[in-house]
Amino acid sequence: MIRMRSRLFVLHVLVLSLLVVLGVRLWQVQVVRGQEFVTRATETRTRTVIEPAVRGQILDSSGRPLVRNQTALVVSVDRTALARTPDGGKSVLRKLSAVLGTPVKKLRERIRPCGPGVSQPCWTGSPYQPVPVEQKADTRQALQILERQEDFPGVSAEIQSVRQYPGGQAGAQMLGYLQPVTEAELEKRAGLKAAYSGVDLAGRDGLEEVYDEALRGKPGMRRVQVDRMGKAIGVEQQVRPVSGDNLITSIDARVQAVAERALARAMHNAPKADGGAAVVLDARTSRVLALASAPSYDPAVWAGGISASGYQRLLSPKSGMPLVSRAINGQFAPGSTFKVSSVTAMLRAGYPLNGTYDCPGSYMVGDRAFNNFHGIGLGTMNLHTALVKSCDTIFYRAAYEQYLRDGGRDPKKKPREIFANTARAFGFGRPTGIDLPGESSGRIPDRRWKKEMWTLTSGTNCRRAQTGYPEVTDRARADFLKRLASENCAEGFILRPGDSANFSIGQGDVLVTPLQLARAYAALVHDGKLRSPRIGWARVRPDGTLVQTYDVPVVGKLPLSEKERLYIKNALSEVASDGTAAGAFAGFPMDKVRIGGKTGTAEVWGKEDTSWFASFAPTNDPRFVVVAMVSQGGMGAQTAAPAVREIYEGIYGIKGPAALPGGKPVSRLPKFAPDGTVAR
Amino acid sequence: MAERVLRSGRRGYGRRMVGAQSSLWRLDGVLLVAVAALCVIGTLLVWSSTRTWAPGSTGLVKKHMLNLGIGVVLCAMTTAIDHRAMRAYAPLVFLLSLVGLGLVISPLGATINGSHSWILLGGGFAVQPSEFAKLGLLLILAMLLAQPAEGSDRPRTFDIVLALCVAALTMGMVMLQPDLGTALVLAVITAAALIIGGVRKRWIVGLTLVAVTGVFLVFRLQLLEPYQIARFTAFLDPGVDPRGVGYNSTQSLIAIGSGGLFGKGWLHGGQTTGRFVPEQHTDFIFTVAGEEFGFLGSVAIVLLLGVVLLRGLRIARQCDDRFGTLAAGTIVCWFAFQTFVNIGMTIGIMPITGLPLPFVSYGGTATFANLIAVGLLQSIRIREQQQYA
Repeated sequence: MIRMRSRLFVLHVLVLSLLVVLGVRLWQVQVVRGQEFVTRATETRTRTVIEPAVRGQILDSSGRPLVRNQTALVVSVDRTALARTPDGGKSVLRKLSAVLGTPVKKLRERIRPCGPGVSQPCWTGSPYQPVPVEQKADTRQALQILERQEDFPGVSAEIQSVRQYPGGQAGAQMLGYLQPVTEAELEKRAGLKAAYSGVDLAGRDGLEEVYDEALRGKPGMRRVQVDRMGKAIGVEQQVRPVSGDNLITSIDARVQAVAERALARAMHNAPKADGGAAVVLDARTSRVLALASAPSYDPAVWAGGISASGYQRLLSPKSGMPLVSRAINGQFAPGSTFKVSSVTAMLRAGYPLNGTYDCPGSYMVGDRAFNNFHGIGLGTMNLHTALVKSCDTIFYRAAYEQYLRDGGRDPKKKPREIFANTARAFGFGRPTGIDLPGESSGRIPDRRWKKEMWTLTSGTNCRRAQTGYPEVTDRARADFLKRLASENCAEGFILRPGDSANFSIGQGDVLVTPLQLARAYAALVHDGKLRSPRIGWARVRPDGTLVQTYDVPVVGKLPLSEKERLYIKNALSEVASDGTAAGAFAGFPMDKVRIGGKTGTAEVWGKEDTSWFASFAPTNDPRFVVVAMVSQGGMGAQTAAPAVREIYEGIYGIKGPAALPGGKPVSRLPKFAPDGTVAR
Repeated sequence: MAERVLRSGRRGYGRRMVGAQSSLWRLDGVLLVAVAALCVIGTLLVWSSTRTWAPGSTGLVKKHMLNLGIGVVLCAMTTAIDHRAMRAYAPLVFLLSLVGLGLVISPLGATINGSHSWILLGGGFAVQPSEFAKLGLLLILAMLLAQPAEGSDRPRTFDIVLALCVAALTMGMVMLQPDLGTALVLAVITAAALIIGGVRKRWIVGLTLVAVTGVFLVFRLQLLEPYQIARFTAFLDPGVDPRGVGYNSTQSLIAIGSGGLFGKGWLHGGQTTGRFVPEQHTDFIFTVAGEEFGFLGSVAIVLLLGVVLLRGLRIARQCDDRFGTLAAGTIVCWFAFQTFVNIGMTIGIMPITGLPLPFVSYGGTATFANLIAVGLLQSIRIREQQQYA
C-alpha cells in the first residue's frame, strides 16, 4: 500500500500541474489575446449591409422636378448565398433566368466581380453586397421570387429608388447622371471609405456631379448577425440612412422645354445641322433659366448600369455625341455676335462713339482684300448703324490700324492687343465658372497664342510644306493645303494682318461657347457687370428647410461707360426690327415685347456656316438673354434667329400659353409643405 | 454516538461500519457538490448551445436533464453497493461491456455523427457501449491487479499479463468502430492501473517502449484514417487549412477568446448563437462556457473538475484496500485525461479527439458512466476503513 500511495502522490502532482497548464492557457487565450479574438469573432459573425440614402431631387425654380426618384422593384442576387447552394447557384440562376427572361449567361456576367481580366459587364461593388440584376422587375416577377424563396436562395426583390426624368431628354447633359462610385472616388470622400459597397452611386457630369455632396445624403448601415451558414439571425447595429437634400435650380422646366423644342425645330430646318445649343439667362442675375443642347439623349439609359455599346453610342461622332453639352463645350467662331466686343475695343482704342465711319464693300488688310458681306458697300454711317446693318469693313479697318499700332508683323515689346484684351474683358477665352463640370474656355487667338500653336505644329507644317499632300486627290485642295503648310511653317508664329481682321468680326481662330456669349450679352444689357452664371439656386432639406442659397458671383466688369453701354444696347435693340434679323422676326408683336440682339454667321472652312443669334428682351428693361447656336446651321438670321423667336414666343405666350406669365423669371424660392411637397 | 460518527466521518479513522444511515455521513460532500455544480453548469451550457436549433428548442436540454436524472439514480445505486461486491461482479460487468462493444461492431450498431459507436434503443434513445467499456475495463483491471503476489505488494506477473490481454482486447474492439479517442482513454486507464497497482519500473519502461513503437508503426504503416492524421497536423498548425480541418480549432479558439475576462453573458454568445463551433453541445461544450462566462467562468469549471479529481485522489489515498485505491486512482486518471484533452483541444493545446468533457457535455451514456464512476468513488469512500471480515 505504501508503494501505491507514493505513486498516487506522483499522480497528485501530475493532476495539479495539468490544471495549472489549463488555467495559464485560458488566461493567455481569454485575457491576453482576448481583444484579438473579439475582433475575429465580429468578423466571422457579422456582415455589413449598406442601405443607400434616398438621393435628393433636382427641382426647377417653381419646385417642379427635373430629376426625381421613382420606386422600382429591383431584383438582386447575393453571390455568397448562391455559392453555398449545392450546385453553386446554377439551378437558381436557371430558374431566375426563366422568371426574368434574361439569359443565364447575362445574369452570370452581371454578378461576376470585376477584376483583372474581367471587364464590363461585371460587378464593381463589394462581394457581400447583393448585385442588382433587374432594375425594372414587374410585380408578377417579384412575387414569383418572393413567394418561392426556397427556390431562390440568395435572390431578393425589393423596392429601391431609381432616378427618373420627367422632362425626358430635356437638359440631359446639364442634369448629368449617376454611376456606381469607384474606390478611387471614395478615397477622396472623407469618412465614407468604410461604407464602400458598390451600391452607392456618385453623380457623374452635370448638376449630379457638382452638387453630389448635397444630393447624395448619408448611406445607412446595417450590421447583420449571421450564423455559420450566412443566414441573418439578427441586427446588431443599425444606422438609418439620411436622405439627400433637394437642389432647387433656376431652370424653368417650361422654358427648358420650349428651348428644347425650338432647338430641335431649328436643327430640323437646317439640313446639315449637326449640333446646337440654346441658353436662356435671367438678364439681371445671370441665373440660367434653360440650357439646351442638341442632339440629346434619354438619361434613363444610365439607370441600372449602361452597356459598353450604349456608352460608345453616347460618345460616338456618328450619333452626334449627345453626351457633350454644346452649350458649355461647343466652341465655335461667334461671327458678328462678337462685334459687341470689337466695338468696345474701338471705343477703348479711341474711336469716337459719335463719329461717322465709312463702310466700303471691301478693305485692303495688308496685301489682301477683305470684303463686306456679299461685298456690298453701305456708305458712311455711325457705329449704331454699323452694328444694326453688321458692317464688317469698319471693324477690319479699326482692327488693322490697331494691329499696325502694335507693330504689325514685328510687334512692340508690350503690344496693347486691344481687341483681344477687350474680348477677355467680355469673358471670352476662359470658362464662365458655371456650376457644371468640364466647361470649355473658348479661344482668343492673340500673338502669344500664335506662338504657342506654332511651336506645337511647326514640325508637321514644315514637313508638309516639303512633301505636300499626295493623299489628297483633289489637286486644287492639295495645292492649297501645301501653300498653307509652307506659310504656316515659315511665319506661323506671326499674327498676320488678316488674323486681326478676322478676329474683329468673330471669324477665324476665335472660338466661344454659347454660354460665354450669353453671359457677355447679359452683362452688356443689364449693368455692365460680368457674372459667373449659376444653375443651382438653393439647397433645401427634404422637408423644405433651406440649407443654403447659391449666389451668382460677379467676376468682372465690361470696359464700357454707362453711356457707351446703353448706346450699344440701343443699337442692338433695332436688329430684330430693322436690322439683320428683321426677316426672322417679321410678324413678331414688337409692340408687345421688343426683342434686341445680334445675328452671327461664322464661316467654317469646309463646312456650313455656324448660325448664331444672341438676344435680349424686352429692350427697355431686359429680363431675358437668349442665345441660340446651330452648328452647320447656315446664316444666323436663317436658323438661330427663328429658334430664338420661338423661345420668346414660348416665354411670353405669343402663340399659346406663356411659360413665364408676366414675362419675369421666378424670383422667389418655392415654398414647401412640411411633407416636402411644393406648396403652390 | 452520533457526534462521534460525524467526527470520525470527517477524519475517517477508527470506525466500523454501522448501518446505512450513518454511512450517509461518510459520503464525500465536497465531491458531490462539485459534481452537482458541473452538472448544473453543463445543463445551462447545453441549453445555450442547443436552443436555437433543437426540436422545440428545449428538446435536447430536456433529454439532457432526463439523462442526468437517470445518472443520479445509477450513481446512488452504485454508492449503495459495497465496492468489494463490485470486485466480485467485475468480470461480469466487463463481459457485458465486451458484449456491448461486440453489438456495435455487429449489424446492430449504428453510426451517429460519423462515429460508428452506437446501439439504437428505439424512442430516440441510443447507448454508446464504449463509455461503459471504460468502466468495465477499469473494474477488471483493478480486480486483477489488486491481488498482490505472495509476500510482496506488487501484482503477480500472471495477473499483469492477463490485465494486458484484457486491455488489448477491449482497445482492439473499440478501434474496430473505430474510436481513437476512447481507445486512448482505455490506454490511459490501463497505464494508470498498472502504475498505481505497483508494477515494477521495468514493466513500465518496457510497456512505454512498446507503446512508442506501436504509435510509430501506426503512423509508418498508415493504419490511421486520413482525417485522424489531418486532425493531428491541424493541431500542430491550425493555419494549414482554416476552412477545413483547422476550422474546428480556429472557431473554438475564437469563441473562447472572444469571451474575455467576464464573458458575454449566458445566452449572449454570438459565436454560440451563430453555431460557428461544430459539435458545440457535446465535445466542444467548453467553448460555450469560454464565450459566455469568460475567463472567470472557464476557470471555475476547471477548478470544479480539479476538485473532483483531488477528492478522488483523496479517496484513493485514504482507502485501506488495494482494490478501492486502485479503482479510485484509475477513475481519477480517466477523468483527468478526458478533462485535459477535451479542454486542451478547445484552447489549442491538444489535438482534436472526440472526447466529451466529464459531467458537462451532452451525451447520455457518457453521463451514466461518469456518474456511476462517482458512485463508485463514494462507495469506496464510505467503506474505506473496513477490513476484510
